[in-house]
Amino acid sequence: MTVEASTPIFTAFKTARPDQWVKGVTGDWEIIVGMEVHAQVAANSKLFSGASASYGGAPNSHVSFIDSGMPGMLPVINKFCVEQAVRTGLGLGAKINLWSRFDRKNYFYPDLPQGYQISQYLYPIVGEGELEVESEDKSTIMVGIERIHLEQDAGKSIHDLDPDATYVDLNRSGCALMEIVSKPDIRSPEEAANYFKSLRSLVRYLGTCDGNMDEGSMRADVNVSVRRPGGELGTRCEIKNVNSTKFVAMAVAYEARRQIEILEDGGSIDQETRLFDVKTGQTRTMRSKEDAHDYRYFPDPDLLPLVITQEFVDGIKATLPELPSAKKQRFINDFGLSAYDAGVLVADKEFSDYFEEAASGTDAKMVNSWLTVELFGWLNKNGVEFANSPISAKNLGGLVKLIQDGTINGKIAKDVFAKMIETGDDASTIVERDGLKQTTDTGAIEKAIDDLMATQPDKVTEAREKPKMLGWWVGQVMKSTGGKANPAIVNDILKKKLGIE
Amino acid sequence: MSVSEKDVRKIARLSRLAIQDEKVPVMVDELNGILNWIEMLNEVNVDGVEPMTSVVAQVLPMRDDVVSDGNQQAAVLKNAPKADSGFFVVPKAVE
Amino acid sequence: MTDLTKLSLKSALDGLNKGDFTSLEITDAFLARIDALNPKLNAYTLVTHEKAREDAKASDARRAAGNAGALEGAPLGIKDLFATKGYRTAACSKILGEFKPEYESTVTSNLWRDGAVMLGKLNMDEFAMGSSNETSAYGPVVNPWQIEKKLTPGGSSGGSASAVSANLCLAATATDTGGSIRQPASFTGTVGIKPTYGRCSRWGIVAFASSLDQAGPIAKDVTDTAIMLKSMCGHDGKDSTSLNVPVPDFAAAVSRGVKGLKIGVPKEYRLDGMPEEIEKLWQDGINWLKEAGAEIVDISLPHTKYALPTYYIVAPAEASSNLARYDGMRFGNRVDGNDLIDTYEKTRAAGFGAEVQRRILIGTYVLSAGYYDAYYLKAQKVRARILEDFTKAWEKCDAILTPTAPSAAFPIGQKQTDPIQMYLNDVFTVTTNLAGLPGISVPAGVDVNGLPLGLQVIGKALDEETLFAVAGVVEKSANFTAKPNL
Repeated sequence: MTVEASTPIFTAFKTARPDQWVKGVTGDWEIIVGMEVHAQVAANSKLFSGASASYGGAPNSHVSFIDSGMPGMLPVINKFCVEQAVRTGLGLGAKINLWSRFDRKNYFYPDLPQGYQISQYLYPIVGEGELEVESEDKSTIMVGIERIHLEQDAGKSIHDLDPDATYVDLNRSGCALMEIVSKPDIRSPEEAANYFKSLRSLVRYLGTCDGNMDEGSMRADVNVSVRRPGGELGTRCEIKNVNSTKFVAMAVAYEARRQIEILEDGGSIDQETRLFDVKTGQTRTMRSKEDAHDYRYFPDPDLLPLVITQEFVDGIKATLPELPSAKKQRFINDFGLSAYDAGVLVADKEFSDYFEEAASGTDAKMVNSWLTVELFGWLNKNGVEFANSPISAKNLGGLVKLIQDGTINGKIAKDVFAKMIETGDDASTIVERDGLKQTTDTGAIEKAIDDLMATQPDKVTEAREKPKMLGWWVGQVMKSTGGKANPAIVNDILKKKLGIE
Repeated sequence: MSVSEKDVRKIARLSRLAIQDEKVPVMVDELNGILNWIEMLNEVNVDGVEPMTSVVAQVLPMRDDVVSDGNQQAAVLKNAPKADSGFFVVPKAVE
Repeated sequence: MTDLTKLSLKSALDGLNKGDFTSLEITDAFLARIDALNPKLNAYTLVTHEKAREDAKASDARRAAGNAGALEGAPLGIKDLFATKGYRTAACSKILGEFKPEYESTVTSNLWRDGAVMLGKLNMDEFAMGSSNETSAYGPVVNPWQIEKKLTPGGSSGGSASAVSANLCLAATATDTGGSIRQPASFTGTVGIKPTYGRCSRWGIVAFASSLDQAGPIAKDVTDTAIMLKSMCGHDGKDSTSLNVPVPDFAAAVSRGVKGLKIGVPKEYRLDGMPEEIEKLWQDGINWLKEAGAEIVDISLPHTKYALPTYYIVAPAEASSNLARYDGMRFGNRVDGNDLIDTYEKTRAAGFGAEVQRRILIGTYVLSAGYYDAYYLKAQKVRARILEDFTKAWEKCDAILTPTAPSAAFPIGQKQTDPIQMYLNDVFTVTTNLAGLPGISVPAGVDVNGLPLGLQVIGKALDEETLFAVAGVVEKSANFTAKPNL
């Protein structure tokens, strides 16, 4: 069987928009970024062993004899991991390779028990695809995907438990990673961060990776180089293991600036691997290896070529969920949301799922505003994860329904919202219990207005001369009715009584 | 092709094998002897031949994603030259 | 009472079945003989007296309860390459030290499932790299034939061959990567079969070269190897290269005969300078098969001479990677150095013997940047050519007859200085490893010095039955009754 081999190479070189150029002392520079994102497959067990792939656990407890590289142990591939790689590929509109192969990447390190990592070097399971990414000017760009391959994660070396020794925990050893390699299509720190964000959103939609950056489920190796706009390509540096969108942007910005300064001083860039220091926001050379790496890749003789059928791929395709770009379009079309609002909601499947549940049968735009302004605002302020929101989607929808059908007005709704957070109760329970129903009884409202007009005759006169005073009057009436009066009715009656047109 | 002393030192380093200085020339001769013998393969015409990685004519079997292994910290660490608190203990490895 | 250790596996199982003796009795007989002879032969690196007797008692109890398995009560020796739970498994290398695996290899599990008893672990070349057992960290094994001459039993399964030949076990497990079952069998007057790649699970067998390694038995006669092989092989979901095919009744095929079979004789196996007696033996074999009703056909395997150089690229390449895990970090011996790299280098330099280090270096070199295509990729292509030779041959014949080895057993120390001379021992056997085919060595005669010589039968993939049928005829015709004088 003849299969075309693929190696990650820099091919596409569109020029950045002038607004993305970086000003140097000697002129403008353009940043070229390509990323290799490692996303851990959301599997129960490891890529080649039946040990648990779950995060945490006592050291070396999620370890089989395969993961610890014991003599005579052999790998057997996890079907679910193969499916997730294909699923991710389909989500990126990528070519799925029905024939792929595992190679060994040989190097010595204490957290690499076999002395090699099983990876797909020449023949990855997923080929070229693309991902829509928002640029800093709110336009979208397409970032090419070079390939996705499956590989084993390494274990964890802990250097601070003993001054003279390293402690090794192999719980992660052998967990399945998807390495998603982009083309060098990214042109700014913001685009780099947004690419990472969009990719995270996609894998979470697909359910192929939990995207949990704190637990290391997604890490990026960021390749950065600079050049004169449209000019000859520069030497690139690879920044390893950047684990948040914010850090991706910071690392690219710092690294580009560093390279520009060197070049403008007449220096040259060494192709090297660097680390991003989250404390200083700087990148630094990883302690240089004593010798150049020579990984001696060769096909793993313990495994056979990975052959899948078109039916296998089609079966996965049939279960793909609606993807972020399609969902965004639907939110714009069906709910009348702005592109920006729709983008915020679809950025995270949790958000859009919540939104759709809350908006069912009520005013979607109003739900959007309560969700993104009030709820997000409160969560942010109080440092609460969205997943732990005290207000369920159903309850937020219930609140909006009460506003919509006139049971409460917007002002009362804010109080109800606060009480919902406090108690976790639904809106109608709170409204009922606290008697917050809006008054539409015109008689009662008229009486409240009459009483106020009688006590403040000078303000009556003032209002008749300055119709803008109406707002002040509405406020007074609302206050005297405990905020429960229907503001529209108050408005109407006041106008009549004050004689304002 | 033949190897030099420098090559031998390089591949010994890649292989993580300490090699005594006086052994290097000996190893150069031995490896060159073997490599010269291997050169015989250049006589074989392999035009259009697919490289053979396995003799097994079946597709890679896949297993279900179930946790069926692990939870055996003591067994995993049993043969370790050095272990502490559930970890393997190895010489300081600095990035 | 007859000397139980002289029985074949088949007759021992018959005796056990009939109640002529118990497993404990025959086990004790073997343990006594091992204790008496092992100091001279060095075939066992570990004798598990207590476990053997416990296994035997348990076996006798199972038999009494009517639950006898196919190998019930049979005392066997296990090559040190097979992981045996709780018992030192060192691949006869210093680097593994006193490594006691917490797991049992699939092949040995299958043997215990069928009721066999473990006598101990058998000596071998370090990591199965060698053809004379001289690379073992536990010292060389002595061939029981003409013991005073201190001849090699061959390798790498030298301990297995020596133990079977000297009646230190009924049969033994062995492994074959380039000839490591068949060449020692030829050197010791025993029968050894390397089955089709994928027949026996590799799970729990210390890996040398994964695409070539295959387990098989060494036993006293063809029927015994057939009985052993049936228990050893079978599909294993833990080995991705294990073949999911039924296991036939190999023993039934031994007496099948060769009438109507076409036996190929490859002209390329007629080497310049090959001893005349080996030529003669080969011709004897051809005559025997002809007399038994087979048709002899001349065939050509044109790439035969490239098999060894191909092997010495593929096997060291895979080995250099397979042996990376022996780094003193998680198991085995560690030699502390100044820093991590120094510790790695000192550990591995002290732990691996010279031949293993030589092969690791070659393997590393042929995989390294700039040389991969010229060596490894080229070797893989030549390997395809070698398989193609056989595929073409099968259009003309059903099995192939060749000598097993180019010489009889040689004195320990004789070929140590020249690696290539040592490698040439495998010239007739290595092709089947590269092509994944089954091969069996059957003792067929003796050389001028009275040392045993074997003939090899090569079969089609998964056609061990024809192999056993041909081997059965060779065995019967050769009527090889010579035994080492101990």
